[in-house]
Amino acid sequence: MAERQQKSKQSTDRTDDTVDEAAPPVTERGEELKAELDDLLDEIDEVLETNAEDFVKSYVQKGGE
Amino acid sequence: MALPKVCGIETEYGIVVRGADNNPVTASSLLINAYLADTARDRSRIDWDFEDEQPTNDARGFSLEQSIAPEVETTLVNAVLTNGARFYVDHAHPEISTPEVRTAREAVVWDRGADEIVRRAMIAAKSMLPEGAEIVIHKNNSDGKGNSYGCHENYLVARELPFGRLTRQITPHFVTRQVFAGAGKVGCELPGRAADEVPYQLSQRADFFEEEIGLETTLKRPIVNTRDEPHADPQKYRRLHVIVGDANMSEVATYLKVGTTALVLAMIDDDELGDDWSLAHPVSAIRQISHDPTLEQTIQLADGRRATALEIQWGLFERARKYEQSHGLDAVGEEVGVDVLERWEGVLTGLERDPDSVAHQVDWVAKRRVVEGYAARHGVEPGSAKLKAIDLQYHDMRPERCLALRAGLETLVSDEEALAAMTQPPSSTRAYFRGRCLDKFPADIVAANWDSMVFDIGRDPLRRVPMMEPLRGTADHVATLIDESNTARELLDRLGDPGTT
Repeated sequence: MAERQQKSKQSTDRTDDTVDEAAPPVTERGEELKAELDDLLDEIDEVLETNAEDFVKSYVQKGGE
Repeated sequence: MALPKVCGIETEYGIVVRGADNNPVTASSLLINAYLADTARDRSRIDWDFEDEQPTNDARGFSLEQSIAPEVETTLVNAVLTNGARFYVDHAHPEISTPEVRTAREAVVWDRGADEIVRRAMIAAKSMLPEGAEIVIHKNNSDGKGNSYGCHENYLVARELPFGRLTRQITPHFVTRQVFAGAGKVGCELPGRAADEVPYQLSQRADFFEEEIGLETTLKRPIVNTRDEPHADPQKYRRLHVIVGDANMSEVATYLKVGTTALVLAMIDDDELGDDWSLAHPVSAIRQISHDPTLEQTIQLADGRRATALEIQWGLFERARKYEQSHGLDAVGEEVGVDVLERWEGVLTGLERDPDSVAHQVDWVAKRRVVEGYAARHGVEPGSAKLKAIDLQYHDMRPERCLALRAGLETLVSDEEALAAMTQPPSSTRAYFRGRCLDKFPADIVAANWDSMVFDIGRDPLRRVPMMEPLRGTADHVATLIDESNTARELLDRLGDPGTT
């Protein structure tokens, strides 16, 4: 995975020094997205509020507009 | 030719206080006041005396008498910022209206600016709250319990355009654009339906629309809102007030939402759209589309045919391609228009082939991947509070808690550009005049509004500068004048007839 991430990083970092080529093929983009999602799911428990039940229950808004 | 599609976005943010009294009205005021005080400190280095200036007055009727009256409603904070935006308390929410802009790209820039303002305000508010307490802001449109708040868009259209035709022809876009502009929602809030009857849907807002057309915004919400408050010359202009959209975390989604809508409105202005895609039942259609993440169900058209939301979007897109050939794209900004068309085609192609392929652009897809990925990995059942928490936290404006910031979304605006948009106005509309004057002559301005500024320059009566033309007062018109004027008096003298802005 590290190798793949490095490769995709290079392709997204490509700037004015290279000829503007077509966007990366869908499969490559798909792999990239999947790797990003895996990373997010790995760390999500540190980001999520600890007591989901209370967090959701206490989120009450008044209607607006 | 279609009028230039001057536009803007108003976002009502969700607000909660954690660890202290949770009154949303008080908290919204505190949030905004904390931001104003915090930025005033920045300014004090250049001799800004915040106490002496009153950009918070609104010429539409917040008179001084009212603002010191005891009623909470009339003492709500209402500030105009140097970027030309308005930051205020609306009902029980903090709200930011971006300055008027000329293109969808600028709309994204100042929407990002608004988000950064909110982030800074949250930090500033922390120091005004008890230890450990904080205000948490969400850029979403529903609390998951049947309460909704809006993200509205505004577009300049010609007064002479028959409103009936406008309503009829814009409705198919308003109903179907959620395929790329929906922000996604776990569960269902349709009255009479169980929350888990719809495990996941495209739009935050679709469950709340009950009418095809109307004046309401808080109950019996209509797909086309008829509020007629042009904030510009009412003989020439109408401001189409769009209440049907979701607040987007994805910049590309905001860009496409505003860009495609401006394009469709330009076609309607020029009577080039036609009625091919008129819907038989728009209200049931908007919900049906939202409740169908497969994007495969068809809805009934007025002429009896059936079509999927994507087919209708393709139909509108093809029309826009033809419109580009016949009329050009000046109404939406030529360069941005070309790019919007390209991205519109790209996102429809991606949604058709495999929605996951546009997860870096479309909020409902990005969020769904996180929700479903989490459920699969941890064996969580649909309906679990954990999944609803993921939905909420996708929109959490605290960078350390925000899931959208971790979802791999493509960005269009650099951080530098977004930070600049917190304080600097767009150069392309009258917001430039408003913002620059507030920045340079704050002590001389007693009221600022969308369509006027009121100056107090000493011995004369108050001087009101009307700004009835959204495209006058741009940098091209007034930058040199403002640069060269050392005082507000000098500026007004040089403006001559106030009508010239």
